[in-house]
Amino acid sequence: MQLEKFSYDNKIVRDFTIASLVFGVVGMLVGVLIASQLFAPELNFSIPFLTFGRMRPLHTNAVIFAFVGNAIFAGIYYSLPRLLKTQIFSTLLSRIHFWGWQLIIVAAAISLPLGLTTSKEYAELEWPIDIAITLIWVVFGINMIGTIIKRREKHMYVAIWFYIATWVTVAVLHIVNSFELPVSLFKSYSLYAGVQDALVQWWYGHNAVAFFLTTPYLGLMYYFLPKAANRPVYSYKLSIVHFWSLIFLYIWAGPHHLLYSALPDWAQSLGTVFSIMLIAPSWGGMINGLLTLRGAWDRVREDPILKFMVVAVTAYGMATFEGPMLSLKNVNAIAHFTDWIVAHVHVGALGWNGFLTAGMFYWLIPKIFKTELYSKKMANVHFWLGTLGMVFYASAMYWSGVAQSLMWKQFNDMGMLQYPNFLETVLQIVPMYIIRAFGGTLYLVGILLMVYNLAKTMMAGKLVANEEAEAAPMHKEEKEKISHRWLEGKPIYFLLVSLVVVLIGGIVEFIPTFLVKSNIPTIASVKPYTPLELEGRDLYIREGCNNCHSQLVRPFRSETERYGEYSKAGEYVYDHPFLWGSKRTGPDLHRVGGKYPNLWHYLHMEDPRSMSPGSLMPPYPWLIENTLDISLTPNKINVMRSLGVPYPEGYDNQATDDLMKQAEVIALDLQKNGVPADPDKEIIALIAYLQRLGIDIKAKPVTENR
Amino acid sequence: MQSIDGISVYPIISLVVFVLFFVVILVWMLKVDKKYIKKMENLPIEKEEKNNFNNTGDLYEKKV
Repeated sequence: MQLEKFSYDNKIVRDFTIASLVFGVVGMLVGVLIASQLFAPELNFSIPFLTFGRMRPLHTNAVIFAFVGNAIFAGIYYSLPRLLKTQIFSTLLSRIHFWGWQLIIVAAAISLPLGLTTSKEYAELEWPIDIAITLIWVVFGINMIGTIIKRREKHMYVAIWFYIATWVTVAVLHIVNSFELPVSLFKSYSLYAGVQDALVQWWYGHNAVAFFLTTPYLGLMYYFLPKAANRPVYSYKLSIVHFWSLIFLYIWAGPHHLLYSALPDWAQSLGTVFSIMLIAPSWGGMINGLLTLRGAWDRVREDPILKFMVVAVTAYGMATFEGPMLSLKNVNAIAHFTDWIVAHVHVGALGWNGFLTAGMFYWLIPKIFKTELYSKKMANVHFWLGTLGMVFYASAMYWSGVAQSLMWKQFNDMGMLQYPNFLETVLQIVPMYIIRAFGGTLYLVGILLMVYNLAKTMMAGKLVANEEAEAAPMHKEEKEKISHRWLEGKPIYFLLVSLVVVLIGGIVEFIPTFLVKSNIPTIASVKPYTPLELEGRDLYIREGCNNCHSQLVRPFRSETERYGEYSKAGEYVYDHPFLWGSKRTGPDLHRVGGKYPNLWHYLHMEDPRSMSPGSLMPPYPWLIENTLDISLTPNKINVMRSLGVPYPEGYDNQATDDLMKQAEVIALDLQKNGVPADPDKEIIALIAYLQRLGIDIKAKPVTENR
Repeated sequence: MQSIDGISVYPIISLVVFVLFFVVILVWMLKVDKKYIKKMENLPIEKEEKNNFNNTGDLYEKKV
């Protein structure tokens, strides 16, 4: 058989690796900053762009899409052509993919601190960037499928299955969750409202974890772990079962993020059941990874690459056991809204993603630079710093999560809340926040060592930009079979089958929630927001208040005592987007309307510590100075109307007048109480919104602001 | 929920789809060709036919 000559493009692998390292450092630096802001609010510097609410989405986006994203692409562009014995479909598309993705990251790094956000977690980027992501993702898809089609290897190795499932599912998730109606170039409203928006968002959020942080990394594990250990995977059969059951089960489990919420009960139960079932395929994968090292454990002692991979796979096992446990309603009742969840995600992100990335890069870079790793010792130091950092991080967060939750739920002998002041429970866990930031810093130092080590390695070697290779072409009849029927040929066929498999779960959850009216009982007294409240709500979104404050009172006595009546699905029908939040660094705000006078809110936003001594909330003095931008108000009303919010026809013409009137009432009240507030300032709108929250269902509505 | 006609058939369909899915995978695994499995599991680590540098094994392997 005549061998054909071709080459592997290592330049694109190097580029994605460097991008991953650079953005990894940036993302984790921001992580250390926001972790420190939680015990030293001075670190918000009273600069809008640096406040926790805007920085936290930057941290999550940078780590997920920039650090992990670029690492995924580096690993795929290395392993895919080698597994298929061909070169990447198009070098041009590779370059477009690379630069497009980096531009998206830069756009995110600029827009998020500016407060341009949709507020939906891990999907905060506004609609023009969403479109750019879609286009670049399509480029990546064409390049990957194209490569698979022109392969010289008859069969697709299981890693490639994971890559294909990743591509198709992320495409579906991103598109469905990003349906939004633009108000302007930088502002849009989610197509869905309230409970439905929450369901779509957490179907997305959960499966972003599944198909951006898990399946691509499992593909990388199935390639790089056997490579590094120089032995085949423990059981290829198990990997097939692992793949199909994982992608089938994962998609159903999204509602476990919404237990005890206003989501219909049947959907919550579905989420729990499927989460428990997920243990099986997840642990199948973990066992497959660990047992690949059978008979080679002596080398794990020597080789930092294998150390990183072993801890990564172990962290995957821990996180995927903990996840289903957190989906049990009784555990979730304690863990939800607390630091426990933060610990859980960081075991996954730092352990599974971070360490597998490190192992992969330490293996990959010397290979494509035709040299040896600059310092094996430094890699070992990195390993121990990272491991220690995770231990500090996770144990502090588990401790603070459980401790705070128990304080929230503690009643005294009189049947009253033991800690009625929320702040009291926060101040108790501040030492844990300090330890957490210390752990994060250790981890970051480890990453910096890796960057130095790999940079030195790159300088010592020389990049083999085009690595020569040769392989026999596919047998003639095989080739004909595929080229004649390329549409039904395996990659596309495979892509469609995995699409169907992942769609089943989503469809079962969505169709009833959207079609069955009785799932969201309407409440007659719930009315749309006034124009001023709507503007205030947009400020709430801009400042990222939802990153620390939930708007969802769960049906527990400890919560109804603290906050008031539990939240009903029908209360959120005009909430485009929903703002339930996922973490209570501060108290829930769903029933805050009418709880404090306007003056309290004014002074509290100016300096939270003046009203709540010791508060960790950053001050927002610019809300008092900034004039409210009302140029978009009529447009916002129109967009809301087309989304089904029942403003009367032609109300957009009247909206600005109504806004002014309501603003003057609040300003007057503030002036009466001795603060020189102008009605046209942003703070007025925010106060209007906060005073409106959760009052619609109260028997005696507070009407003074409306 | 009760307002949908024939809602009771939904859970049964779901269960059937679910069980069938796993039965198919199981049967596939029981019948799968041993040679295929052998070939596939060695795919990532098989020696690349020709490399312009001799570095296919372990990174820290002692060069003999």
